[in-house]
Amino acid sequence: MSNDTKKTSYNPPALEFKSSTFSVPVLVLSSDDLILIEQQLQGKIRLAPEFFKNSPLVLDVQEINKHNIEIDIVAVIELIRKLGLLPIGIRGGNAQQNENMIGLGIPIHSIHTSSTTVETKKPPKAQIPEPETKDLLQTGTTLITHPIRSGQRVYAAGDLVIVAPVSPGTEILAEGNIHVYGALRGRALAGVQGNTEARIFCHDLQAELISIAGNYKISEDLNPNVRNKPVQIYLDKHTLVIKEI
Amino acid sequence: MARIIVVTSGKGGVGKTTTSAAIAMGLAKKGHKTAVIDFDVGLRNLDLIMGCERRVVYDFVNVINGEASLNQALIKDKNCNMLYILPASQTRDKDALTQEGVGKVLEDLSKDFKYIVCDSPAGIEKGAHLAMYFADDAFVVTNPEVSSVRDSDRMLGILASKSKRAEENKEPIKEYLLLTRYSPERVRLGEMLSVDDVQEILSLHLLGVIPESKSVLNASNSGIPVILDEKSDAGQAYSDIVARYLGENKPHRFIDDKKGFFGKLFGSK
Repeated sequence: MSNDTKKTSYNPPALEFKSSTFSVPVLVLSSDDLILIEQQLQGKIRLAPEFFKNSPLVLDVQEINKHNIEIDIVAVIELIRKLGLLPIGIRGGNAQQNENMIGLGIPIHSIHTSSTTVETKKPPKAQIPEPETKDLLQTGTTLITHPIRSGQRVYAAGDLVIVAPVSPGTEILAEGNIHVYGALRGRALAGVQGNTEARIFCHDLQAELISIAGNYKISEDLNPNVRNKPVQIYLDKHTLVIKEI
Repeated sequence: MARIIVVTSGKGGVGKTTTSAAIAMGLAKKGHKTAVIDFDVGLRNLDLIMGCERRVVYDFVNVINGEASLNQALIKDKNCNMLYILPASQTRDKDALTQEGVGKVLEDLSKDFKYIVCDSPAGIEKGAHLAMYFADDAFVVTNPEVSSVRDSDRMLGILASKSKRAEENKEPIKEYLLLTRYSPERVRLGEMLSVDDVQEILSLHLLGVIPESKSVLNASNSGIPVILDEKSDAGQAYSDIVARYLGENKPHRFIDDKKGFFGKLFGSK
């Protein structure tokens, strides 16, 4: 009996997958001369030793392969490691090179920038229209007609229009303007991607926090004159201005 | 198909179990076959309020685990033969409930009953989530004070986004506000939020106001749902609520101060 309940017991998730973009230096080779590569790489490292110390690095052999230069890729990896860098991938390699890399436990990256090789040319082109239309849709206006309840969070890539009350304990964020045709009692953050022209409009200001492009005011700092009133909030030289309307 | 009602609040001690017992009894008294389920596994109380604690053999978790049939676990109320109680287990915790298990029990009950009242535990964790997940209607029990109002607001957000109806994109759960432990006198003195204050924040359909009343505690202690105490104000308030829920048009009572008349005559303005 007790075993049964154990089996069905609720386990909180121990992990989740997320996608992130990292900025990693890419080493583009244009010569097969290992001695020359070592000398020049050392020179670069000497310019900024702290930056290159244990820095991850992606090796790009596209140029070399374009000119059909033979290179001992395994030796290059050894060289990079010897100089204190940590290779975490290769791109633009041919089948043999890629196989060698996998053998060394180094992942293969595909090329997303404009490429000269035929097989990598097609997929990026096909993908381009999708994000573009998405962008167009996202920069439109998000309209919400139901009350925003405590604990809820709303994010709009463009303007956000809410024709209902916004409860305390909520967070409404927009890259553009925020309009609340009801009482604003939660946190409202407009221009969250840095748009200093964004404004907040609300019917009844009782917000916990208001912010435009990172310039914020908490409830306690709000002037009692503008409380419980229809107002607009905008930025004037990094200062939040709250005006009755 | 039965109509599934969840009685919920987020905050504890606001009167969920009292309300569940009263509503279930009220519906049954009106001739609708009703089951009331205690979802508060580990802290079971509904059986006490319903006065059937001495007759509990099997419980909700036994049914979910297939250790007992529904008919074995359901307890027939001694005051009304249309009302059945499914008690919670006191020796387990909320993890003993599973979504499939709860769904199956509710589905089986639906074949036989007109209304199923789910008495939610406090909080917004698993027990409360499962109590509301399959609901058609939600009775949000709120006390006229800020923390209860905020917790109700949070619960309303969860009802709107995490229920079965929300996940399947069906018509959302119908939400009703029940304001309990209301004291018009204290509202007049400014010590308590008024109906209007609460309505302004929650913007919800008000099903009824239950006044703060000694009869509620008496009813709990004696194990008889307060709705059966027809002389008490709280009992009458719950009767009104059941009637309104079933579509009758009843004016709201217990909102205004009885002594308010003189207050108005001789008040400051």
